[in-house]
Amino acid sequence: MATETLTVGKALNTGLRRALESDPKVVIMGEDVGKLGGVFRITDGLQKDFGDQRVIDTPLAESGIIGTAVGLAIRGYRPVCEIQFDGFVYPAYDQIVSQVAKLHYRSQGKVRIPMVIRIPYGGGIGAVEHHSESPEAYFAHTAGLKVVTCANPQDAYSMIQQAVASDDPIVFLEPKRRYWEKGPVDLDAPLSGAYPLHAARVVRPGTDATVLAYGPMVRVALDAATAAAEDGRELEVVDLRTLSPLDLGAVYESVRRTGRCVVVHEAPGNLGLGSEIAARITEECFYSLEAPVLRVTGYDTPYPASRVEEEYLPDLDRVLDAVDRTFGW
Amino acid sequence: MAKGDPGVTARGKRAPSRSKRPAAGQPSSEPVQLLTPEGDRVDSVVGQDGVEYRVDFTDAEYRSLYRDLVLVRKLDAEATALQRQGELGLWASLLGQEAAQVGSGRALRSQDMAFPTYREHGVLYCRGIDPIMPLGLFRGVDQGGWDPNEFKFNMYTIVIGAQTLHATGYAMGVTMDGKTGSEDGEAVIAYFGDGATSQGDVNEAFVWAGVFNAPLVFFCQNNQYAISEPLERQTRIPLYQRAAGFGFPGVRVDGNDVLASYAVTRHALDNARLGQGPALIEAYTYRMGAHTTSDDPTRYRIASEVEAWQAKDPIARMRAFLTRQQLADDAFFAEVDEQARREAVHLRERVLEMPNPEPVSMFDHVYPHGSAELDTQREGLSRYLESFEGSVH
Repeated sequence: MATETLTVGKALNTGLRRALESDPKVVIMGEDVGKLGGVFRITDGLQKDFGDQRVIDTPLAESGIIGTAVGLAIRGYRPVCEIQFDGFVYPAYDQIVSQVAKLHYRSQGKVRIPMVIRIPYGGGIGAVEHHSESPEAYFAHTAGLKVVTCANPQDAYSMIQQAVASDDPIVFLEPKRRYWEKGPVDLDAPLSGAYPLHAARVVRPGTDATVLAYGPMVRVALDAATAAAEDGRELEVVDLRTLSPLDLGAVYESVRRTGRCVVVHEAPGNLGLGSEIAARITEECFYSLEAPVLRVTGYDTPYPASRVEEEYLPDLDRVLDAVDRTFGW
Repeated sequence: MAKGDPGVTARGKRAPSRSKRPAAGQPSSEPVQLLTPEGDRVDSVVGQDGVEYRVDFTDAEYRSLYRDLVLVRKLDAEATALQRQGELGLWASLLGQEAAQVGSGRALRSQDMAFPTYREHGVLYCRGIDPIMPLGLFRGVDQGGWDPNEFKFNMYTIVIGAQTLHATGYAMGVTMDGKTGSEDGEAVIAYFGDGATSQGDVNEAFVWAGVFNAPLVFFCQNNQYAISEPLERQTRIPLYQRAAGFGFPGVRVDGNDVLASYAVTRHALDNARLGQGPALIEAYTYRMGAHTTSDDPTRYRIASEVEAWQAKDPIARMRAFLTRQQLADDAFFAEVDEQARREAVHLRERVLEMPNPEPVSMFDHVYPHGSAELDTQREGLSRYLESFEGSVH
């Protein structure tokens, strides 16, 4: 049993290495993914070991990265594309939503696009403009794509391998502010035995209210639950993990037990995932609810200058305030 | 289909146009032309890329190319008529571009892969695909029904230029598979129009194809208009000259000349399959009809311009050539016309019989392995439709 303590970044790197080893059709492509190993070093050492035909430094053009990956996928490859930062994915947006998402449908199933689009996303690292965004709702709104995000090293390691092995085109969001967080990773666990890619998971059981989070906000939700426990309130924390399609069965089950729900995400609240989740919970769990589903989100502004991002990002206090409000009804 | 496919199966000799000879003279600024509008054969001509082009078809192959041109035009006309009668929601006619499509389409070998836009009905025909296939898309009963892997002809792409990147990636895969570097290697062709050259994706595809030396032929059908916008709104230099800036050869061919279109495409494909990288072909032609059946070209172009291009008609010149060289007689032309008429009638009959899809089929193939959420929605729609009295669903 080779359980090691790894950062999220190293777990992703190790998972990608496994994916390259296990299938010769897997290729990694993106800007600076080769010699540099990516600006976050997620592909560190992979080109050295697998060569520049498997780990491809591309020209500096995001639509080109995704569009050529589509062609490689049609040819039978399994491309794993790295978009360097969240805010740079938009030039590739047309290829992702009009081509990647729809070619299987358009061809009535005759063409498969088994590709992964890795995007370091979210704020909290003091970056400049375009380096801190949460574009998940844009992709979750597009049928044909699947959108997932990991929140801890074990999931990072397993989920990236599951995503590469999947026949679905997957937008794989990596919470960049968590790249350096450490945790145990079972390197030998078979992929088939890993927790399902498209399933939410209760990461802290509780009885009094449900806090739904994903990606970078899972840590915030867990910290809030720890703090709430000191006040005698047991919060259940659910890591959504899959953003499209949503795994709402696990969510309904939790909310029916606790009667209260707070959804937390960094993206702006307006038409964000929290809106959809709140609506769905209201439709399905209306008679179980003690209070409306509340959202704690980024504000409806462009991502602000980094000196004020701590105020923009949902934190432990805002989550606890929302939980308090659900007890006020 | 694929009767007398010149240069692919029917002929016993290699591609006719390859020539390693240095250019005999200055490359012409005129498009490569091997058949004049009057139907005179040009023995050979040096293109802007410095290559001397010539073709050498058998009599049967010349007749076969003529037959393709006529059939493709007739089927296209039938589709336009079907749209006018309300049987198709839209049609993007290829009228005027038959030679560019048949010439390039016949230059492809069976192992080559094509990435079309939505107007490549002639190339589709050359790939051996049932010509009814694109009509499903325009009738609204499917999104194009052929198997891209079987026919080596991808789905129509409606977003302008997007497919050039797909072609580039596919061509990179050909190289990675070690399928270049020999005369029986694979090559890829990407079709697009003059308007597409303004798109970022096309320029990114040029960059990618160049730096990865992709076995790819960019085949631009410059039909002079992007809906209503003339070429001058897309470029201030001849489009084939763009290639130089990306590091590969570019050549302009008379797109109304099926022989020249064949020659330059075959040459570029052969180079690509040998591992010599990409090329840009600008097939200089003219869209005689509307962009699609939804627009009115009389609002943006003048009759004299259309008449000038009518004089360059690809079928008329081929017919003049066949007649003058006594390669075909009136009986042959009548027989071709009759075959085209029959195929058009057959096409019409089948279009009228195309059934609407089952409503719940909209949920098929969103994901390769399905989705619980979509299963729920499918069941919901089924129940809703069944709730209507006398429902046939």
